[in-house]
Amino acid sequence: MSSEIPLWEVFIRPRNGLAHRHCGSLHAADETMAIQAARDVYTRRGEGTSVWVVPSAAITASDPENKDENFEPAESKIYRHPTFYEVPDEVGHM
Amino acid sequence: MYSQGLIGTDSRSEETPEFLEAFQKRIDADEKIEPNDPMPEGYRKTLVRQIGQHAHSEIVGMLPEGNWITRAPSLRRKAALLAKVQDEGGHGLYLYSAAETLGVSRKQMTEELLSGKAKFSSIFSYPTLSWADIGAIGWLVDGAAIMNQIPLCRCSYGPYARAMIRVCKEESFHQRQGFEIMTVLAQGSDEQKEMAQDALNRFWWPALMMFGPHDSESSNGDQSMAWKIKRFTNDELRQKFVDATVPQAEYLGLTLPDPDLKYNEETGSYDFGAIDWDEFWRTVKGGGVMTRERLAARNKAWDEGEWVRDAALAHAAKRKARKEAAQHAAE
Repeated sequence: MSSEIPLWEVFIRPRNGLAHRHCGSLHAADETMAIQAARDVYTRRGEGTSVWVVPSAAITASDPENKDENFEPAESKIYRHPTFYEVPDEVGHM
Repeated sequence: MYSQGLIGTDSRSEETPEFLEAFQKRIDADEKIEPNDPMPEGYRKTLVRQIGQHAHSEIVGMLPEGNWITRAPSLRRKAALLAKVQDEGGHGLYLYSAAETLGVSRKQMTEELLSGKAKFSSIFSYPTLSWADIGAIGWLVDGAAIMNQIPLCRCSYGPYARAMIRVCKEESFHQRQGFEIMTVLAQGSDEQKEMAQDALNRFWWPALMMFGPHDSESSNGDQSMAWKIKRFTNDELRQKFVDATVPQAEYLGLTLPDPDLKYNEETGSYDFGAIDWDEFWRTVKGGGVMTRERLAARNKAWDEGEWVRDAALAHAAKRKARKEAAQHAAE
């Protein structure tokens, strides 16, 4: 039995002007085969014009356990949004 | 077909009541659960089992149809069937990836399929005897699968729901190409119509069985509903499928092989006859007509592909070593 074939994360750019977006993962022995498999698995219906593959092991993720301390502070700072401020009607659009 | 994946699942959890309550609150608020979020072990196990069996079903589902690729009656039909079978392979891969986010390895899932430990949908244990079977499969089997999978697009587990969205988008073509095959045969010569009717006769009941056991026999249904892994019960989905399919069969001028089938004015649904549950359980437990052949075909493909997998890994290791040596020399 072979050893486990490495896992890759696949990112696809739907068309020029848009960013590459994560669409899934797959197993492949190396980057060439990963690109070929990504094309077959994730772009059978014109979903993209460009593919990135990244070894899953190379991704560092934030810990969901720390979700609150990481992201809650942003929610309590409503003054970071333009709607927090009042613009007089006379001034119109700003 | 995928509610069959729940049969025999142990969804008991041993977490504290507070933990389970907090988790249930997230589910009730329609929050999606993502891979590294805290989750009850029963939730994880149920999903691993259901997604795994769903993936195995897609992969094994390539076999009955692959049987007809070389004998498709026209280039148009052959191209469509090839594309459909390729899609099924793709669907298996999306689903294996979704299951892997729950901490089970691809290797482990593959081994469980090949050893016969993991199950696949009962429908793929039936043989495809004529070209009309390809029409009946697309129309009924993919139709039933879509009925099952559309609610799964709203499943509480994010990766599974996302995989289902892709699968549903792609599967609509599968059902239509099957119905087109049936339409052409049903409007063709007497022999062709007979072939279509024969395929319908053989696939109708197995298609109804795809929705899994009766709600009263489905021991883990309630927990899966509470966790929003399932959104409708087996019997609800089966009824929806019957109601959607009866008018389609009428359009084709074919007869559904059920003398008890009739419209119920009160419920606005079609009542249908009793399902042969003995056949269902026999098939689910590995005693289907083609179960052994399907497993043998998967094992053969796996064994004969071993040298390819080994060679690809050896090649990757060699290139990596060369690259590192070149970098080392340059430093």
